[in-house]
Amino acid sequence: MKQFTKTHEWVSNQGKTVKVGLSDFAQKEMGDIVYVSLPAVGDTVTIGKSFSDVESVKAVSEVFSPVTGKVVAINEELLDKPELINETPYDAWMIEVEAAETEELMTEDQYLEFIKK
Amino acid sequence: MSKYTPHTEQDVKTMLNTVGVSSLDGLYKDVPREIFQKELKLPKGKSQYAVEKQMRVLAGKNKTYGSVLRGGGIYDHIIPAAVNALTGRAEFVTAYTPYQAEISQGVLQGIFEYQSLMCALTQMDISNASMYDGAQAAAEAIVMCCERKNKALVLGQVNPQYMAVMRTYCNSHNISIDSISAKDGLVDINTLADSIDADTACVVAQCPNYFGLIEDMKAIADIAHVKNVKFIYIFNPVAAALLPTPGECGVDVAVGEGQPLGLPMAYGGATVGILTCNKALLRRMPGRVVGQTTDHNGRRVFVLTMQAREQHIRREKALSSICSNQALNALTTTVYLSLVGKVGFVEVARQCVDKAHYLANELVKAGAKLKYKTEFFHEFVVEGDGEKWNKILAEQDILGGMPAPDGTLWCVTEKADKETLDKVVIAYKEARSI
Repeated sequence: MKQFTKTHEWVSNQGKTVKVGLSDFAQKEMGDIVYVSLPAVGDTVTIGKSFSDVESVKAVSEVFSPVTGKVVAINEELLDKPELINETPYDAWMIEVEAAETEELMTEDQYLEFIKK
Repeated sequence: MSKYTPHTEQDVKTMLNTVGVSSLDGLYKDVPREIFQKELKLPKGKSQYAVEKQMRVLAGKNKTYGSVLRGGGIYDHIIPAAVNALTGRAEFVTAYTPYQAEISQGVLQGIFEYQSLMCALTQMDISNASMYDGAQAAAEAIVMCCERKNKALVLGQVNPQYMAVMRTYCNSHNISIDSISAKDGLVDINTLADSIDADTACVVAQCPNYFGLIEDMKAIADIAHVKNVKFIYIFNPVAAALLPTPGECGVDVAVGEGQPLGLPMAYGGATVGILTCNKALLRRMPGRVVGQTTDHNGRRVFVLTMQAREQHIRREKALSSICSNQALNALTTTVYLSLVGKVGFVEVARQCVDKAHYLANELVKAGAKLKYKTEFFHEFVVEGDGEKWNKILAEQDILGGMPAPDGTLWCVTEKADKETLDKVVIAYKEARSI
């Protein structure tokens, strides 16, 4: 089950950790993604703070963390193949975090309603 | 009103009225009167001929030498006449940085060829379009390498001017610089691993180092990488023709001064900085990269391929403010390298080594002592104060070695002939007998 933020990240609960990625809507808006920067394992991410830069042919965008906690894994595949975010946004997780705190999230239905506005 | 004077008197009046002052002076009322510049005491204008004459008198006060045996960062090499004949063309000399880059295909091709040559020379993955000079390239390299960590470790005998520029740059980036002194002239490889701590982002070393000595750059790179820090290699492009290349040593960033490649010494500038790196650092590299592609008709064309966008659209996040490059001087190095060719370039480097070693050996035979016993490229330190020695040489139109701690630093390039070098040895004996 994925939940969503107003800034178009998705969060997927993995038990003790959560994975974070970019929504299908976000990747479509950005266009072809050519570069992704990721934090290092062991870094701390904070709710509402940027943890990654995603560069597409259109723009550079920051990705904001929906959780606060320690990064336990990063999807290194994205560093070589950033286009995976375009191809399979819901498999292309960016970071896995031991989340101590999570911001208020939307269900998929709520998010789909939210992006219609 | 000419079109170069944007404001009419009426414009000025309207603006002054808007801010509520009566005259232009009113805008400066907060500036203390005593520091106001009164009317400049400039002489009346002179004719072109009179100015030329006066400039010649001034230029005549400069002391120039027929032979230069001094280096220390700027080197006296042969510049084939064709270099200036080509780079002096108006199309090159008058071209400003191409804002609409792709319309200036000639400028882009020049940069592309420069990058290709620098990658061939260093065997690194990527070269940018060039920097101001070697010292600036070294400072920018440190900023590139400081990701999440904020300390650079400078090893051994690095050019003190580079050190000063690195400190200035890093100060405003909140990066601290520690230096570890050399042992017997070289980087102390045995203690290097222990000197690297958790905050160290990168280590920096120069080869040939400031005193001309050849460092084991591969060993330094290996230690740096075991300790998970990056390694910046400050190289001399002429020496790179003979020594293991930065790419072979596995370094992360290789920077150097491009002046030895066809540029005059010109009092130390303007020169050109070489900055090359491995693929992993591409997005952290300052400046820009020109690439080759094909247009819709299938013709070979050149485009700006890569430039950190932060420099234009998110400036607060930019690692560097360098967006342009030193195009004319980069082109000069390109023309120079193309003219001398691979074989000729290796020959230049070989002659530097041979002639420098000839002088060093002859001096040793004459009783001089070399300060360091290890292998050198084209510079070496002779023990003792060289003042009298240099004075004798100056009378023979030869600029001798540069004062260095406990000695003089000599440099011999392919330009030196045997006659000159023998004069240096005779002058040495003479100076000793005074």
